Amino acid sequence: MARIIVVTSGKGGVGKTTTSAAIAMGLAKKGHKTAVIDFDVGLRNLDLIMGCERRVVYDFVNVINGEASLNQALIKDKNCNMLYILPASQTRDKDALTQEGVGKVLEDLSKDFKYIVCDSPAGIEKGAHLAMYFADDAFVVTNPEVSSVRDSDRMLGILASKSKRAEENKEPIKEYLLLTRYSPERVRLGEMLSVDDVQEILSLHLLGVIPESKSVLNASNSGIPVILDEKSDAGQAYSDIVARYLGENKPHRFIDDKKGFFGKLFGSK
Amino acid sequence: MSSLLDYFKISKTSSASLAKERLQILVAHERVSHNQPSYLPQLQKELLEVIQKYVNVDKDAISVSFEQDEHQETLELNIVLPEHQTRKF
Repeated sequence: MARIIVVTSGKGGVGKTTTSAAIAMGLAKKGHKTAVIDFDVGLRNLDLIMGCERRVVYDFVNVINGEASLNQALIKDKNCNMLYILPASQTRDKDALTQEGVGKVLEDLSKDFKYIVCDSPAGIEKGAHLAMYFADDAFVVTNPEVSSVRDSDRMLGILASKSKRAEENKEPIKEYLLLTRYSPERVRLGEMLSVDDVQEILSLHLLGVIPESKSVLNASNSGIPVILDEKSDAGQAYSDIVARYLGENKPHRFIDDKKGFFGKLFGSK
Repeated sequence: MSSLLDYFKISKTSSASLAKERLQILVAHERVSHNQPSYLPQLQKELLEVIQKYVNVDKDAISVSFEQDEHQETLELNIVLPEHQTRKF
């Protein structure tokens, strides 16, 4: 049986797709056969972030409608042979995804894969609901910013009530906080909510902090998940997150300002 | 020198602490309202109609609140009657 992870946030633009691509690659690199699914029907983008946009032939909706088999639609990643991508459809039909259809695809994938990462669309519409409905674990991607924190809290409420696990009175979805675009310097200056602030408000288990980093845009520009940029701070932060998720004990990094006391006193920007 | 000033500026109210305060209030409020059963507004409306048949109360005089802890759910109904009750019948 596969473990199903939903990457969600409510708010758009906080890093869901970047995170989905990174952690799926991280899990696959660790030797676990992983599938990553784009649930953003009509606004597919995971393919671009994974760098496989020119290899899309069939998509998620084709599989649900029986127009293609899973094997035809799954795209094998060019960097890692343990990783497969299922792209979203570009249809404008809002009802293209059905609970039955999604359930069947996940069930079929579960036979062959160890982890299934569901990249949720923003918002709380059907695509977002279906992305989380079957999940075992939820990665709640949050920016240290008021609207993102509020929307994350809203998503936690929905995760707790509108999932398969909730409906069947099973053990609830495990929720983890991923704080992205974090700037320790701005936190020090009192310009940004700190990790502790966000955790106090959301009371979530912190899986990791990803610092604001140029490497994220560089990675998306080239269609290579940022986790493969091993020299970058964001890449290392995602590697730590994958390791922690798999049960390794990794101390948190990228939370404190690199500058020491004298740096704070005399250092400029 | 600006960085030296920055360092001591933190003790003043920062925008981050303002953000935290606003969020704590908002999130607490929203958690309560989102956990309420969906029939609550309709219940409140119908109760008000029934009460208004017998007593002259205005629409702010009634409040229905729903609370939930681990062991029980409580539905609390609060009606403020006017000081000099003017009975309709």
